[in-house]
Amino acid sequence: MNATPDKRWLAHPVMSAMLAAGWLTLQQSVDPGNVIAAVVLALVIPRLVGGFLGAGVTLRSFAAAIRLAFIVTWDIIVSNITVAKLVLDPSRTPRPAWVRVPLDLTHPNGVALFASIITMTPGTVSCIVDEDDPHILVHALDCADAAAAARDMKARYEAPLKEIFG
Amino acid sequence: MQELNPVVDALIAALLLLAALFILVGALGMMRFRDFFQRLHAPTKASTLGVGGVLVASMIYSAADGRFGIHELLITLFIFITAPVSANLLAKAALHLKVPSKAGHPGKE
Repeated sequence: MNATPDKRWLAHPVMSAMLAAGWLTLQQSVDPGNVIAAVVLALVIPRLVGGFLGAGVTLRSFAAAIRLAFIVTWDIIVSNITVAKLVLDPSRTPRPAWVRVPLDLTHPNGVALFASIITMTPGTVSCIVDEDDPHILVHALDCADAAAAARDMKARYEAPLKEIFG
Repeated sequence: MQELNPVVDALIAALLLLAALFILVGALGMMRFRDFFQRLHAPTKASTLGVGGVLVASMIYSAADGRFGIHELLITLFIFITAPVSANLLAKAALHLKVPSKAGHPGKE
């Protein structure tokens, strides 16, 4: 019946568990009806999107993940204030620039997370993620030194991501 | 709903005001910035600290009411998953269409 391994039910147990938990917390109840809906979602969604999912992820370093979460939260707060100052100060004109960030990270999920973090910290947006010539093209809102900005992003986010994804 | 402790009340009000200020700055940025790529920064800006402030205020309010604000954590997760993807698609489309950019166009080899 299930010809290919990708089509197994529960091929992605972690994703299934997160979907079920997400549904139940959204509903904030464990009525039988909600539990049945959660089980159906947990079984059906991973099966439907299975073809798009790569190999799974093993978290190599939990400590690095926690550290990265703090770094990213802190950077979001600091760069929000920087960008707010830039917007509110009429004497300053933004100096936009394209920044090419070469990638050492190879794991596709790690690269996706790196690009997302760059976008979520104000002042930088990941525009193109190129996996053939591994780099991320970033548009920076106000950047005087593109090389330094690229070094900074690699040191702050990519280094911990490499520890996490190996 | 119950009477809130004045200190908690003030904290929630301060967070909401701060968040509103950041969302306003994001909107001003949309007007002040000069090209598509600069404006693209606005949604990822206001929606981080602005929405973050509203969510923290909401969590404190729920906690004072005796509930744990799990919804707010889910909203944070959903924003973090969806915002970068939409920004990336917008940027890709704009680069493909060669939308004018103050920073010039990145060299294409």
